[in-house]
Amino acid sequence: MNTKALTPALAVAGLALWSGAHGMAMQEPAFSRVIIDELEARDADEGTLAVWEASAWYGGDIDKLYLSTEGERLMDQGGHTESFETRLAWSHAFAPFWDWQLGARRDWQPDDPNRDWASVGVQGIAPYRFETDVNLFIGEEGLTQLRLETEYELLFTQKLILVPTLEMNLAGKADDALNTGAGLMDLEAGLRLRYEIRREFAPYIGVNWERRFGDTASRTRDAGGEVEETTLVAGVRIWF
Amino acid sequence: MTSSTPSWGRRRFVQGLALGGAALGLGLSPRQLLARQGQTGAAELNGTDFRLTLDSAPVNLTGRRRPATLVNGSLPAPTLRWREGDTVTLTVTNRLPETSSIHWHGLLLPFQMDGVPGLSFDGIAPGETFTYRFPVKQNGTYWYHSHSGFQEQSGLYGAIVIDPAEPEPHPVDRDYVMVLSDWSDESPDHIYATLKKLSHYYNFNERTVFDTLRDFREKGVAQTLKDRRMWNTMRMSQSDLADVTGYTYTYLLNGHAPNGNWTGLFQPGERVRLRFINASAMTFFDIRIPGLDMTVVAMDGQPVKPVRFHECRLGVAETLDVIVTPEKKQAFTVFAQSIDRSGFARGTLTPDPALRAEVPAMDKPPLLGHTEMGMGAMAGMDHGDMNHRDMNHDDMNHGSMSHDTMGHDDMDHGTSHGAAHDPVPLATVAGNPDLAPRHSATEHLDSEYGPGVDMRAPAPAAMLDDPGIGLRERDWKVLTYADLETAGGAPDSPHPDREIVLHLTGNMDRYMWSFNGIKFADAVPLQLHHGERVRITLVNDTMMTHPIHLHGLWSDLELGEGRLLRKHTLTVKPGEKLSYLVRADALGRWAYHCHLLYHMQAGMFREVRVVEAAAPDHGDPHHGHQHGGHHS
Repeated sequence: MNTKALTPALAVAGLALWSGAHGMAMQEPAFSRVIIDELEARDADEGTLAVWEASAWYGGDIDKLYLSTEGERLMDQGGHTESFETRLAWSHAFAPFWDWQLGARRDWQPDDPNRDWASVGVQGIAPYRFETDVNLFIGEEGLTQLRLETEYELLFTQKLILVPTLEMNLAGKADDALNTGAGLMDLEAGLRLRYEIRREFAPYIGVNWERRFGDTASRTRDAGGEVEETTLVAGVRIWF
Repeated sequence: MTSSTPSWGRRRFVQGLALGGAALGLGLSPRQLLARQGQTGAAELNGTDFRLTLDSAPVNLTGRRRPATLVNGSLPAPTLRWREGDTVTLTVTNRLPETSSIHWHGLLLPFQMDGVPGLSFDGIAPGETFTYRFPVKQNGTYWYHSHSGFQEQSGLYGAIVIDPAEPEPHPVDRDYVMVLSDWSDESPDHIYATLKKLSHYYNFNERTVFDTLRDFREKGVAQTLKDRRMWNTMRMSQSDLADVTGYTYTYLLNGHAPNGNWTGLFQPGERVRLRFINASAMTFFDIRIPGLDMTVVAMDGQPVKPVRFHECRLGVAETLDVIVTPEKKQAFTVFAQSIDRSGFARGTLTPDPALRAEVPAMDKPPLLGHTEMGMGAMAGMDHGDMNHRDMNHDDMNHGSMSHDTMGHDDMDHGTSHGAAHDPVPLATVAGNPDLAPRHSATEHLDSEYGPGVDMRAPAPAAMLDDPGIGLRERDWKVLTYADLETAGGAPDSPHPDREIVLHLTGNMDRYMWSFNGIKFADAVPLQLHHGERVRITLVNDTMMTHPIHLHGLWSDLELGEGRLLRKHTLTVKPGEKLSYLVRADALGRWAYHCHLLYHMQAGMFREVRVVEAAAPDHGDPHHGHQHGGHHS
């Protein structure tokens, strides 16, 4: 199922990119952007966590190749990667403010089995300028996940910007190997205050709150873990 | 001395070196430097034979040496002074590492001489020489610039002054070319890429939490939320007046940064002609000379009935000839602030080089309103400048008005609902998506509903007498198109044969720009039949002001009652609908585009083909019109 789920998505993405690039005559050159949205240290109970969330795109106005990655690594006790995922997608503009994204995601899990997913999503700007990502992930053995992410920019000045973020993960069924339950798995909310020294370079400080819910929370508790954690964060946002 | 800069902590635009134009020519010979210490910061070349060399060299306008694209080592390029009736020969050698070209903006000439790579010719390859030769059939103030890549942004522009064959109707004592432009230390390619990545990158005037709190206090929470609702649901920025701003631009007058203070001399009582040319890539300038009235005598090179005024918004690529008569022995500041108030160009007119005048503060940047949203001109405006306007909004909300709805009211104001006059069939051409059937000019085609179009004006209106955003509350006279009329009456018939409608469209967030939602790469040429008189109606469905330029053919703006204003570039305000008449009297392939450089590059561009009427479908415009151009 692993390769079965991935192959069609990658094939479609590849084909679309090839035809997109093929159609791009001299009139539409390709551009690219790399955005390291979060590169931060978190003051967690278990020690200092390094957390990253980054994405990149390459392409024209309508079709783009999209790559994103996020993860957490414990910096103390010799270092230990807690989570690491990447997603590669074909991004296609279908409405003024919205792209759909078709691709694949891989979760690298140091202690648990890796997970591969086909992904179908929508990314764009909702009314009131909420930057929004919604992705449905279809994995092996009938596993499914739905992820909703949104963020907003509140300008104190042209350079001092407060960014509230919200992320929600839901699962279609329990994943015993990863010890997660069905339904709402977790919520994560952040509040980051950044100062854009340049548009492209902005250090920030903030606070991040995470909580697990439902069956996932029960399983975490049973395993002796914490279901809720609030951390102070400090980091930098960079794009080019 | 220079005041200004609003209080919100944005970066002050670079006002540049005090040395101004004289500091440009690092790496140039003393002779070349000397040649450029004339009145304009650029040499003036006279005669009928010209040798122009395009080259790259560093210039220093801001304190940093940055590469520029120069003609004969000069920025602006040399002023070319021609005489109406002569045939000019311009031998242009390209020493740049990339293909180049020169387009003679506003000139009537064989299309092979028009200088648009891909349409007129192949461009001038590196190391090659191209010879332009054409008869000069007109007089007035024009300009020339590269039509390749972004070379125009990096310095390849200059003035053309054509002396009339007949005696000058407005003799003057002094005559100055006033080339306004925008310079960036960034490479233009980088600016364009930046806009594609983050389109509001250069806007440091976004509304903040404190603006919202102030609105809460002043207008109440409910009203503020109501006012903001539409902007928020449309995901539009109310402060999006300019894509590229003083954050990166230094604004130049005759190649001089504001601190360089270009200076023109006069003797009190003299009549001085100022030939303003907006040669910038992206910047609309609001020009005034505090203390001096200006009298316009020509626009886009064409004579107009003289009108006295105090301030004028000059669109990119437009030219404006004014006469001033300073009576007193004092200095005056020529002040040209950008439409978004992020910076200004400035110079001095003075009887004594030691004198200079105060430089006015820039205005507070205006915010876009309902008018810019295309909700009907002046609709919902709460600024109290409607006292002299009692137009019937109901009428204005319908694109295709009949004669009957044009009441006497409008005529009393001398305003300009020209599009309503003389209704003619809307052109439809099978296979050309721009010319799909429409019920009215304001109807949006299906092609406008896609990812490339973020808004459509619900009620575009005639706005020729609207000075435009930021100029509506002046207590002095701001010149508008409605004030102007070509001298000597309508230069051609006011009766068109058919009408072509184009909507100006875009998506600011994605930085996509187009006509009718279709970018150039996906478009079909617009075909005009040789000799026909066609009306072009433009509807601006964006929040931005666009200067639209048709090469090779005059654009006769319809002012109403058969009055016309002959132009080569027309500024179309957000939410505006205007019409102009074009006589398709020159065969060939002509460029037609928004003259904001990065909008043009993004696809707000069309080819217009004038073909023999006998061969409407695939007429070959190439045959039989070779006029002396050759590669050597």
